[in-house]
Amino acid sequence: MSAADFPEGAPPAPSEAGVWELLEAVPDPEIPVVSIVDLGIVRKVECAGAAVTVTLTPTYSGCPATRAIEQSVREQLQTHGIEAALKTTFSPPWTTDWIRPAARERLKAYGISPPERRRGPLPCPFCESLETQLQSEFGSTPCKALHRCKSCLQPFEQFKCV
Amino acid sequence: MELSDTQRPALFSYLLRHADDRLILGHRLSEWCGHAPILEEDLALANIALDLIGQASNLYQLAAAVEGAGRSEDDLAFLRNPDEFRNLQLVEQPNGDFAMTLMRQFLFDAYDVRFLEQLQQSSHPELAGIAGKAFKEAQYHLRHSQQWILRLGDGTPESHERAQQALEELWRFAHELCEADELDRELAAAGLVPDLAALADSWRQQVTEVLAAATLALPHDPYQASGSRQGRHTEHLGYLLAEMQVLPRSYPGAQW
Repeated sequence: MSAADFPEGAPPAPSEAGVWELLEAVPDPEIPVVSIVDLGIVRKVECAGAAVTVTLTPTYSGCPATRAIEQSVREQLQTHGIEAALKTTFSPPWTTDWIRPAARERLKAYGISPPERRRGPLPCPFCESLETQLQSEFGSTPCKALHRCKSCLQPFEQFKCV
Repeated sequence: MELSDTQRPALFSYLLRHADDRLILGHRLSEWCGHAPILEEDLALANIALDLIGQASNLYQLAAAVEGAGRSEDDLAFLRNPDEFRNLQLVEQPNGDFAMTLMRQFLFDAYDVRFLEQLQQSSHPELAGIAGKAFKEAQYHLRHSQQWILRLGDGTPESHERAQQALEELWRFAHELCEADELDRELAAAGLVPDLAALADSWRQQVTEVLAAATLALPHDPYQASGSRQGRHTEHLGYLLAEMQVLPRSYPGAQW
């Protein structure tokens, strides 16, 4: 390939940092206040010249958002003139430990209690009370559990810890 | 990973067994959607179904790649007949009442946690990865079914009786969970899969302890179902597949 193959205005080869930055703007389809990078779903970005490979990992084996996420990634990169090959990896398995601290705060502000490693009652994301109760380990999406606050009586979801 | 000419078909058959378990059990659980006794359980059973069907999908994709015959995961799920399915007879048993569904789930989950924990050590990196992910899910599945067995068995006279009845009905299908055959032994010797028979004692110990705590009595039924892994099934599988496969069979290649 020579310079003549790229007439004026040809886009520069994408950089890994540039692709990461574009992916920061792809929201999780179920919880749009956090991005797929915040959640740790994007595992790797590799650039070799114009060829870009993005490696993603599913949060749960059957997460119905997996395909939607792949499509959003493809669309976001295409909008910026990048055709990426997508790869899926299962190993190491996704863990809530990969969620960024700033994203945890945004989850809380959104009314979803962030994942907690420590044992003991979960603080209510609305009133901070520790008088809360686990209702079910299963919620509206595979990643959430149902809780109830006994102080403000508000039911709330928790991003369950895996 | 490089597989020998004999390992390739063996691993394919093995993957089908375990993908089929998950697809069939996941389909059964999905039949509860909109019918469960309480909202929380409707969500729980649908979530568990989703995990199991997701695990099946991952295993079918790997199986299709290992087979290398151009079949897709959908072909494997929707275009095989009952005698080509290799799932355990336990998982194809009808839902019955809530106790029956949860008893079936508990017997399976107690095995599945052990099986997946070991399968993570597979020398096949992709299989180990799929297992690692599924292992995390199996642990909360087991917490859920175990809690229900305790609650139903040690609950009201009605729930106790139904849980005992479910156990009597399903016990004959439970022995197969940890029953190893030639295929298991061959692949285990190569480090690709766990030694299934080695899981039996700890499975039995946990099951016995939980059932005792739930005030349920182990059945005396001496009959032990066998042959699922060779394609022997109860009549229930055919009906299940007829419903599950009708659309892709009636409209081959349909898209939406």
